[in-house]
Amino acid sequence: MPQTVVSLQQASLRFGDRTLWDNLDLEIRAGEFFAVLGPNGSGKTSLLKVLLGLQPLSGGTVEVGGEPARRGSRHIGYVPQQKSFDPDTPLRARDLVGLGLDGHRWGLRLKGRAHHERVDELLAKVGATPYANVPVGLLSGGEQQRLRVAQALATDPDVLLCDEALLSLDLNHQRAVSRLVSEQSRTGSSAVVFVTHEINPIIDYVDRVLYLADGRFRVGTPEEVMTTDVLSDLYRTHVEVLHTNGRIVVVGLPDATTHGHGEEHQ
Amino acid sequence: MTLQEVLDSVLNFSHYGELLPLFRDSLIAGAVLGLVGGLIGTFVMMRDLAFAVHGIAELSFAGAAFALLIGADVILGSLVGSVLAALLLGVMGVRARDKNSIIGVIMPFGLGLGILFLSLYQGRAANKFGLLTGQIVSVDNTQLSLLVGTAVVVVAALLAIWRPLTFASADPDIAQARGVPVRALSLIFMFLLGISVALSIQIVGALLVLALVITPAAAALLVTSAPGKVVLLSITFAVISTVGGILLALGGRIPISPYVTTLSFGIYLTCRVLGRRRRRAGHSGRLATTADAPSA
Repeated sequence: MPQTVVSLQQASLRFGDRTLWDNLDLEIRAGEFFAVLGPNGSGKTSLLKVLLGLQPLSGGTVEVGGEPARRGSRHIGYVPQQKSFDPDTPLRARDLVGLGLDGHRWGLRLKGRAHHERVDELLAKVGATPYANVPVGLLSGGEQQRLRVAQALATDPDVLLCDEALLSLDLNHQRAVSRLVSEQSRTGSSAVVFVTHEINPIIDYVDRVLYLADGRFRVGTPEEVMTTDVLSDLYRTHVEVLHTNGRIVVVGLPDATTHGHGEEHQ
Repeated sequence: MTLQEVLDSVLNFSHYGELLPLFRDSLIAGAVLGLVGGLIGTFVMMRDLAFAVHGIAELSFAGAAFALLIGADVILGSLVGSVLAALLLGVMGVRARDKNSIIGVIMPFGLGLGILFLSLYQGRAANKFGLLTGQIVSVDNTQLSLLVGTAVVVVAALLAIWRPLTFASADPDIAQARGVPVRALSLIFMFLLGISVALSIQIVGALLVLALVITPAAAALLVTSAPGKVVLLSITFAVISTVGGILLALGGRIPISPYVTTLSFGIYLTCRVLGRRRRRAGHSGRLATTADAPSA
């Protein structure tokens, strides 16, 4: 059995008297593609911060790669939302990826050649070799996200943690980036934890989901969790889950306006 | 004044050989300040702090004016003023928008204070004017050691935090997740920036600091995006501007700042033209076999 790379035990997170989640037990294994779903404010982002070691738990324990979650852990690679670079940012694609290797180190880089070769490897891994020397400000959103994946893979992490990594990408780039991410769980020894409010772009790859809503949660395969009964129970109101064409459409969400990219929810 | 007289006071190379040795210290100071300005300028551009530099300069001016008034060392006064201003901005302005409004508020206050101190000052008028428009010609031996010593500290500190500062400037969220102390770095950088601005003021004066801290880096960014080249070009441009400016100013009767700013502006314009030509030629660094369309 593949090793456990993320483990939460009796984890709970409260802000004041508001409980985001309580008694969360979770084990994510290498090779797994794990999605964290839920509406805004349900604690998805907080869970992500907990894994990154940026947010302490109110109770319970969290381990990443076999040791307690801490800031700057090499066990975790982080791919955030796409955010454009200024056109005159003085970085090329290879420099951005290079930051993932040694951007946290003090002083100047000494082993230039080894660094260069490792960056080339990472660029090739995400298919970014053709634009290795292009300034990051001139790249498309999809290309920038590939570079962020490459940057996140620089430490050979046990977990690739993606935070709405497909947001604001067009459909083609969504497909390409999600496939690239899924390759990490299929071929590598790492797991993917994908935080999103929109499951459809990654539906083909997801093994299990954690659905957070209204202080409660459910863990299971998409077939188990994405059902009318389960989601109605989580939201404490009737919502309808429709499966069409291999896609999942949730109808009647209580706060549908917060779901931004709502075309899948109509 | 005839045109000839104007020209003579602007550019005058008679007795040049005799004058040059007298300005050795100024030239060294100019080169060192060019190095600091060009180096820190690349991060100023990356962190979008051009306006902050201007705000810091005004408070630095107030500090220098106060030092002049009470008979203290002017460089020290301008250092205290600009470091205080820079740290204040670092602590208060987390988001760019906050930062801009805070700068807008403290900048006129600093300038007003400076004018107050200068009005109260009874000494030579040239000293007053020099704070705003530059006065390197008057640099003496102790001041030169102070300048060079401080510059060495700034450069060494910048080199030490180079990579994490680049990371934090380019992508603060990821840098934070990777364990880079983003907030502390921001404060350290503002401290170094405060020192650099105070030093630059000694050459070009409070009003024209941007010519030394912004223009060279902005010019470099127009012609390349490779981080190493940007830094080297930015330093080269800044040193050419300061040293060249001093050399041109030697014989004339005018402060050196117009020469420095004109050189710096000329370099910027040249880079603009080169940059445009480069872009028109499609020089983005992309290989011809662009796999732009996702393969999925």
